[in-house]
Amino acid sequence: MGSLKLENIRKSFGQVEVLKGIDLEVEDGEFVIFVGPSGCGKSTLLRVIAGLEDASAGSVSIDGDEVDTVPPAKRGIAMVFQSYALYPHLTVRDNMGLGLKQAGRPKDAIAERIATASRMLGLDDYLDRRPAELSGGQRQRVAIGRAVVRNPRLFLFDEPLSNLDAALRVNTRIEIAKLHRKLNATMIYVTHDQVEAMTLGDRIVILNEGRVEQIGSPMELYNNPQNMFVAGFIGSPRMNFIDAALLGQSGARTVGVRPEHITVDRSRGDLKGTVLHVEHLGADTIVYMDCEKAGFLTVRLFGEHKFVPDETLFASPDSARLYRFDNTGAVMPSG
Amino acid sequence: MSKARTSLPRSAAAHGVLLLYTAIALFPVIVIIINAFKSRQAIFRSPLSLPDAESFTLIGFETVLKQGDFLLYFQNSFIVTVASLACVLLFGAMAAFALAEYRFRGNPLMGLYLALGIMIPIRLGTVAILQLMVAGGLVNTLTALVLVYSAQGLPLAIFILSEFMKQVSDDLKNAGRIDGLSEYTIFFRLVLPLVRPAMATVAVFTMIPIWNDLWFPLILAPSEETKTITLGAQVFIGQFVTNWNAVLAALSLAILPVLVLYLIFSRQLIRGITAGAVK
Repeated sequence: MGSLKLENIRKSFGQVEVLKGIDLEVEDGEFVIFVGPSGCGKSTLLRVIAGLEDASAGSVSIDGDEVDTVPPAKRGIAMVFQSYALYPHLTVRDNMGLGLKQAGRPKDAIAERIATASRMLGLDDYLDRRPAELSGGQRQRVAIGRAVVRNPRLFLFDEPLSNLDAALRVNTRIEIAKLHRKLNATMIYVTHDQVEAMTLGDRIVILNEGRVEQIGSPMELYNNPQNMFVAGFIGSPRMNFIDAALLGQSGARTVGVRPEHITVDRSRGDLKGTVLHVEHLGADTIVYMDCEKAGFLTVRLFGEHKFVPDETLFASPDSARLYRFDNTGAVMPSG
Repeated sequence: MSKARTSLPRSAAAHGVLLLYTAIALFPVIVIIINAFKSRQAIFRSPLSLPDAESFTLIGFETVLKQGDFLLYFQNSFIVTVASLACVLLFGAMAAFALAEYRFRGNPLMGLYLALGIMIPIRLGTVAILQLMVAGGLVNTLTALVLVYSAQGLPLAIFILSEFMKQVSDDLKNAGRIDGLSEYTIFFRLVLPLVRPAMATVAVFTMIPIWNDLWFPLILAPSEETKTITLGAQVFIGQFVTNWNAVLAALSLAILPVLVLYLIFSRQLIRGITAGAVK
């Protein structure tokens, strides 16, 4: 009861084309993440699905029904916004119930739905407060509760964690994941944070400049990126890109290797370089090197390592886990 | 708090400047009020002294209340001001919402057109307005004044309010749309309460020139039944003899309602003026 189909969605603001033909199918119960750098059109796409923006071309279908001319309130969707967007003059209870009240549902049914949602999200103690009396995390839970109460066919999340601090972000992320398992609802989630994308999504849609770069499960995208953009976007720290000619690789234009697939040694290795900076994270040590042949290189080592800046090191990429890209940035079959 | 901020000479100087400014701003008002309670001779003998046992008199107020229909003038002023204010705030806010919220062809041009009135004094069009009112049979009605003052107040109201409305979060309005609120409900229930400080600012800036205006009442509605308070006070100013007691008493009375309305709006007003200054 919540499949979504996008066909050739285009959207222009004046002369600027923000979405350049997006095709996508989301199955019932799936958790799909739209991720991409800022300005890639992911929020605009979400707004088109919600009906808050009209697409310049293409069509949106929910459960097989074309909804291009259906107003947002009638599409059977609920949306959670980055800025919470709670109604400042209403209590938590009324915030959560307003949508159903507008739809003319009976009062006791609304009260029941609110009670269920507030129990699920631990909001029972705050039902009579106003948004101004809540902390950021509580406000975001109310916003999620407002979506849950509507029992929508489709949940839309627009960067819901961006305004929360790091610790709260992890907690709320877990709550959203739990919510998805419990409700088994279709969810579409927009974020610019690839960690959120990797941890939450069944499938990730990577957008760049209004186009879909690749669609796949988190591990597919990590292990088999189709092009340099996806390879660089997924994974933290970012993949190292080295000019293939410098490594003597024939055929390819660029070679990519993830920081975690490089080993270093004080005495011997493939690439000689000096340490620029070291970040000690406890579980990981990140070494930034300037290599004679390959230039700037990021290396991620597990555990603690006592390297100091200006030290000479040798880096050796794992040859089995190199990615080779051609002139257009597309990945080449390994060989 | 830092020491520099609380140092005595600094805060004394700051308060000195503020007190001086307050004194200058209040001086004319104080002079009007103290002289309203003095006898004619005392006004001319020592205009700045407070009324004492010898010079105190209520003759001015008695004259004012006896002569002419002062309560009616008051009522006229009040009706015209409140009705104009209501029109300016309602229609100004609606136009501002449309300009700030909807993308349509010619939006910037429409915004410019609606703001143009700020730069063109409405009094330049007095003759045309009078002809219009004569043609419409509206001369000597309060409606004429309300229409003219609404037109006078709208440009600034739209200009200020549309800037404030652009700052209201899009997410909030979109949340309302998803919850099925109509555009009118979004406007009245979500947006208007959030721009209340700006509305108060506009209300005060619109209200004071209307209450104080002499020009349009004199031209469009000088009849006895439609006289406003400022026009009514003019009967005491003659070409040769001016009844200063009565003029000053009338002016003192005229200050009162504005003062009351100002106090109502002032808390919001300060927030409106300083909005964006902090945080």
